Amino acid sequence: MTQPRRSFQVGTGLFILLGFAALAYLATQTTSVANYTQGDYYTLNAKFSNIGQLKQRAPVKLAGVRIGSVQSIELDPQSLEALVKIGIDTRFTDIPDDSGAAIFTSGLLGDQYVGVQPGGSPLAFKDGDEFILTQSSMQLEDLIGKFLVSGDSPKKPANSDSPTTDDTDPSSK
Amino acid sequence: MSTSRRPTMIGNALAQVGAAGLFLFSILAAIPKSLRHFRETLRQIWFVGAMSLVIIMTCGLFVGMVLSLQLYYTLAKFGGTAALGTVVALSLFRELGPVVTALLFAGRAGTSMTAEIGLMRATDQLSAMEMMAVDPLAYVVAPRFLAGIVAMPLLACVFNALGILGAHLVGVSWLGLDNGTFWGNMTSNVDVWNDLVNGVWKSTAFGAVIALIATFEGYTTAPTSEGVAYATTRTVVASSIVVLALDFVMTAFLM
Amino acid sequence: MNEANPILQPNAANAEVDAYVRIRGLRTVLNGKTIFDGINLDIPRGKITAIMGPSGTGKTTLLRHITGQLDADAGEIRVDGRNVPDLSRNQLFNLREKIGYLFQNSALLTDFSVFENVAFPLRQHLRLPEEILRNIVLTRLQAVGLRGAADLMPAELSGGMARRVALARAIIRDPDLIIYDEPFVGLDPIALNQVLKLIRTLNDTLGITSILVAHEFAAVRRAADHVYLIAGGKVAAQGHPDELAERDSPWTRQFFGGEADGPVPFQYPASDYATDLGFPAGAA
Repeated sequence: MTQPRRSFQVGTGLFILLGFAALAYLATQTTSVANYTQGDYYTLNAKFSNIGQLKQRAPVKLAGVRIGSVQSIELDPQSLEALVKIGIDTRFTDIPDDSGAAIFTSGLLGDQYVGVQPGGSPLAFKDGDEFILTQSSMQLEDLIGKFLVSGDSPKKPANSDSPTTDDTDPSSK
Repeated sequence: MSTSRRPTMIGNALAQVGAAGLFLFSILAAIPKSLRHFRETLRQIWFVGAMSLVIIMTCGLFVGMVLSLQLYYTLAKFGGTAALGTVVALSLFRELGPVVTALLFAGRAGTSMTAEIGLMRATDQLSAMEMMAVDPLAYVVAPRFLAGIVAMPLLACVFNALGILGAHLVGVSWLGLDNGTFWGNMTSNVDVWNDLVNGVWKSTAFGAVIALIATFEGYTTAPTSEGVAYATTRTVVASSIVVLALDFVMTAFLM
Repeated sequence: MNEANPILQPNAANAEVDAYVRIRGLRTVLNGKTIFDGINLDIPRGKITAIMGPSGTGKTTLLRHITGQLDADAGEIRVDGRNVPDLSRNQLFNLREKIGYLFQNSALLTDFSVFENVAFPLRQHLRLPEEILRNIVLTRLQAVGLRGAADLMPAELSGGMARRVALARAIIRDPDLIIYDEPFVGLDPIALNQVLKLIRTLNDTLGITSILVAHEFAAVRRAADHVYLIAGGKVAAQGHPDELAERDSPWTRQFFGGEADGPVPFQYPASDYATDLGFPAGAA
């Protein structure tokens, strides 16, 4: 009489396991948990005058490949800029230290992410370094404003609200 | 005549709700004792959970597929097909997963709980247990109640997982959406706590409510074949109404 | 009217008997219908006491009072010295562990095999090694002649076999009191004789106090030591079955003699027959 009972227990165990496997699959593959930096990372700082809709744990990409995620977003009290701490996977150690960081939007309605544009320096970033070149999030209002203004003075700087401007054009990516 | 009947109908309904509430308390009181019959709980998880897997998986797959198809064409009108994965995942995790699973669970497992307990009532098996000094609340009802609470969220997760796969099948393999866009958009917009886990809580509550209604209807059934048939029907009707109403209340307060 | 009455002793000789179950002044009203109107009963220890009566007199209700499944409106029900209405649920369960109950429809648990059905009370209350448990169950099944059927499921049993399995289950824990609720209904003469013999044997060999509710007077006459005839909410007659059969009262004549009409009316209470058929009152 013990045999059928045992098989019930095994079957029940399998069912519970399957349920939790489904939960684990959903949690790790379909939600933002999938964007958490796995394993070790080193931190880089970047200051933006405007981060737009950028959120914590947003992906950080280089040439479209995910290399890390946004660890924290704070306000730097001195410069009154957003201080974004970026965690980069330790796999990616050879990023030139003159690379730039910009905030892009994936698609027309998608989420914002940090794009890294590699520079040409022979030296690589180390933990705690700061991006010298950053470009803020594009604000729709600014774009419209620029479009209106550009009709009069085409020589106006491309991005007037950012103190440090990236030299590559984001739209070419 | 109708004026005199209406108050008694409302009165009856209220009395039923009150009786079910008291029944819940006696189940909760019997749970410590029922842990001695833990094997029975495992057996019930097998019956209400594992035996519902086929229907849950099939329906999950189809719901995901049709959701993907419908949303793809709607989103295409706004040029937003990139958001397909997000929209499918959010509607599944937050609403369709818990609710559809609960309705299927009420039809598949709730009815069998009611019929089983009702037949045990009709054939004096419950009285026989009482006479053997075995509390039927602890031996029959509480294990099924616990099994409902355990099995429902697990089934909802399986339903969700199959739904996502179904949506992927239609959206990516059939309609040609980019694989990376599908997953990337989903992962950046679906939050594990607010969306996925809240849905799991919901389905846990639905499991408790369905198991309560099913065991209550079975336990208090008239001990005849018509009584059992009637109780089974009432389980489905009452569970469906309560699940949808509770869904609204929980959505309003939790999310 | 009963409230005013002092508690009556059913008869002087019985009061001296060592009663396992003692019922005094039992009153029950169910759905506005008076089932018992001040019943006094004694079930003597170690004897088989039969309770008979027309259908619907509440014989099963009486058993449910004795086992505490149903509360009476008034009265005292002492089982082994303890007053059942005063017992808590746990005390009631303790009491029931010493009572075996054979249900009218056997009430075997459909999920379990014959063996597991008989083993059920042991598994629930005692932690016995599997080997000992198996031996106890098999001896009981042997006693009812169904050791070979141990692995069958209840659905595969005939009515008589199911009754015998239920009997084996009722005696598995060596109860002090065993209650048979209509054990002969639906049995063929062979099965009836087998069950009857078992009831008698259990009483003779183990000295179990037995309450037997039945309609078959011939069978009761062969088994019971004492018979209570309940009708109209009262004890209508009582005594040794042989003595009762010869006693000439309208109750016994109708019940044991099988006359259609008597103190128990053949007609369900109804309005005047002629009026019901549409004739003017008094025309018939």
